[in-house]
Amino acid sequence: MTQTLVVVGNGMVGHRLVEILRDSSWRIVVFGEESRPAYDRVALSSYVDSWTFADLELPALSGCELRLGEKAVSVDRARKVVVGASGVEVSYDALVLATGSVPFVPPVPGRDLPGCHVYRTVDDLDEIRATVEAAARPGRRSGMVLGGGLLGLEAANALRGMGVSPHVVELAPRLMPIQVDEGGAGLLKRLVEKLDLTVHTGTSASSIERDGSRLIAKLASGLELDLDVVVFSAGIRPRTDLDLGLELGPRGGYLVDAACRTADPHVFAIGECAAVEGVTYGLVAPGYSMAEVVADQLSGGSRVFPGADVSTKLKLLGVDVASFGDAHAQTEGALEVVVNNAVAGTYSKLVVSDDARILLGGVLVGDASSYLSLRPLVGKEVPAALLQPGGAVDVEMPADAQVCSCLAVTKQTITDAIQSGVACDVAELKACTKAGTGCGSCVPMLKKLLTECGVEQSKALCEHFTYSRAELFEIIRATRVTTFSALIEKHGTGRGCDICKPAVASILASLGNGHILGETQVSLQDTNDRFLANLQRNGTYSVVPRIPGGEITPEKLIVIGEVARDYGLYTKITGGQRIDMFGATVDQLPEIWRRLVDAGFESGHAYGKSLRTVKSCVGTTWCRYGVQDSVGLAIELELRYRGLRSPHKLKSAVSGCARECAEARSKDFGIIATENGWNLYVAGNGGFTPRHADLLVSDVDTKTLIRVIDRFLMFYIRTADRLQRTAAWLEGLDGGLDHLREVIVDDKLGICDELEAAMASHVSDYADEWRGVLEDPEKLARFTSFVNAPGVPDPTISFRAERGQRVPVSLGIPEVVR
Amino acid sequence: MIVCDFDVLRPEQGVAALRPDGSQVAVFLTADGTVHALDNIDPFSGAAVLSRGIVGDRGGVPVVVSPVYKQAFELATGKCLDEPSVSVAVHQVRVRDGVVELT
Repeated sequence: MTQTLVVVGNGMVGHRLVEILRDSSWRIVVFGEESRPAYDRVALSSYVDSWTFADLELPALSGCELRLGEKAVSVDRARKVVVGASGVEVSYDALVLATGSVPFVPPVPGRDLPGCHVYRTVDDLDEIRATVEAAARPGRRSGMVLGGGLLGLEAANALRGMGVSPHVVELAPRLMPIQVDEGGAGLLKRLVEKLDLTVHTGTSASSIERDGSRLIAKLASGLELDLDVVVFSAGIRPRTDLDLGLELGPRGGYLVDAACRTADPHVFAIGECAAVEGVTYGLVAPGYSMAEVVADQLSGGSRVFPGADVSTKLKLLGVDVASFGDAHAQTEGALEVVVNNAVAGTYSKLVVSDDARILLGGVLVGDASSYLSLRPLVGKEVPAALLQPGGAVDVEMPADAQVCSCLAVTKQTITDAIQSGVACDVAELKACTKAGTGCGSCVPMLKKLLTECGVEQSKALCEHFTYSRAELFEIIRATRVTTFSALIEKHGTGRGCDICKPAVASILASLGNGHILGETQVSLQDTNDRFLANLQRNGTYSVVPRIPGGEITPEKLIVIGEVARDYGLYTKITGGQRIDMFGATVDQLPEIWRRLVDAGFESGHAYGKSLRTVKSCVGTTWCRYGVQDSVGLAIELELRYRGLRSPHKLKSAVSGCARECAEARSKDFGIIATENGWNLYVAGNGGFTPRHADLLVSDVDTKTLIRVIDRFLMFYIRTADRLQRTAAWLEGLDGGLDHLREVIVDDKLGICDELEAAMASHVSDYADEWRGVLEDPEKLARFTSFVNAPGVPDPTISFRAERGQRVPVSLGIPEVVR
Repeated sequence: MIVCDFDVLRPEQGVAALRPDGSQVAVFLTADGTVHALDNIDPFSGAAVLSRGIVGDRGGVPVVVSPVYKQAFELATGKCLDEPSVSVAVHQVRVRDGVVELT
């Protein structure tokens, strides 16, 4: 008979448990107090970027009964029944408590006043936002965050994102007292204070009072703060208000054994509400690990909680912070090696055993890049070089060191997989060792191990050039070479091939150099570019005129219909909001273009590695919900970037409101309207490996938006590999989205003027490629079926009818014996 | 059979020619001035498109690459370098008095 598992709590850990067990024989019932689906609480502060809940949502659960908005109010352990707030009763064979935690609010007088909030849920953030928006006063608004730990700094960052200058008040003498030591915290304070934060340590709020529309906080130090909003984030407490009459741990939490089982063998507890052998954990990774343990137990296994690595590496307010092992040198006789570089803004401390032989732990602030090589060395012998001043941290890791601590994969396992040839890249390593499939922080280390094992990912474009596409781009730009033959003579070997010729043709086109079918460029072009149309399986081509933003007049629709009818072309609406006409032969192409161009159409570049379309929803003009003119912007963008040659095709879309009808987040650059302007998302993809685009800038005006897109596209065109879409490019970019933002928003490399100038010259030099052929008899002459019989149709092409249109007769190809 | 004037050919490009029996030939001029002729039909797709392929070299061997599925064919022998069991027919071609002829 099917057994029933009841999970109380629909947070990240409860969600993970259900995910693991959803294909098991258990019937699963989940009680969730919040009416929202489960979401990523770790990323809570990023909610402020877009105010879009869907960005945080965890994958929807199937195969279980979700009772959202139904708080579990009591449990009758004798009858094995959970009772919900609505009175519903669900019997269980096993019960898992995953109730999480509640924010700890210190007993400050005035803590319940309007304008005082906690920082724990999406609803909390919505309420904080409402307070901030209601606080109408000129200039920057002011807030106080009580608690200077990890969560407090996250909350301060969220406030900054709402345009509030935060005061951070921490009772301990330093920020992040749990993870960071005094020296590291000193630097951290200095770095975050540059970001409009004011830090008050070693003090607390003694009272909060309302003064008209303001909140006045008095600190124990005597200081008075004039505030718009107060946020408590002074830690969490395990949530155990669902009383089962079970024993609690010394610091709260349902007391469980190493198998996460309470004294009642049918009841388990996992995550922040559990005290595993008396110890509670406030991080998600140990919670996930407990979910794995309980899932195993419920499947008849005997796994126990392995203890948790509470090492952390994170970026807070743009500052790297890492802490691992015995960070506070609590081991008896432990020695500390500190390098504090106030000029560079970096701090590192290594904690070693009394004989200076064993690494015990450490703290890194400002630059945590050595965290990945150091953390696995904890408990192992310290390479002597590490202890020298300025010692290289790039040390060899012992074979039994754990590289992936989420899934306990050692260096040995990884190097074995590489050396036996089973895995040649990160994706294969992930598949066969599972390393890097947890939090993913060890992926850079996997890449490093691949390199160390001699697996070199050659960047050479092809056998004719040892350079990568990005390097060739720089060579062509710097030397102003304008022909392939001059380039290969000086920088390559041989005559070139179907890989390097189109790649170089694309670079030449990105840098100007006239019509892509010019005398020296035509032989470089792949057939689609060479005929400015898309080759189909029977040797005919399809024709796609540009319909900017998907907006078209009835007159133009009629022209397309007439052309398609007159040439017997099969027509189909594309995914990019335009019309594709199939079945044109090489000699028909110029005649078709002539009629389209005369009617005001131009090439839609459906054939090029270039901008395809900018899709749009109908926007404010018609839509009752739209907040901006999405069609107008889509047309402006499509006309700006039309014809721009790039490493791969570029797709875009503009949505007029957060409902996102244009599916902008699946595009290389997607724009979603907000009430204040536009949010720009980059590096999305549909296709083989779908990827949601990442938010790059938010609430910007149209001018700023276009400037950032100009820079984004030109930076991509300069630095991407051949046929690398923006999604893969960003994934492979060192430093990822943060680096991209530094380069094209903050102009860290000082190249933005150049990128903008390059785009400006593209925009001013644009010319319709179809018209360019129609106006040039030499180019036109290439559009013939047979050099000795122009005008005679290709006899291999024939059509049959299907659903009222012409489609190709399948070409028999059985003669190929493979 | 006359294909065209030699001047019509462009280095590292192909043209298609129709034969009286309805079959098609792809004629290429390489950078060193040599003229090659292969069957125009790409055996992998069945489409008459080899003349529209990119001309270049693989390891120094002059090739044309089918524009459909990108297999390379040796210009001198018609041999497919990606699938050695497959090849396309080679035709004798010469240039006489500035005219390209199939013999």
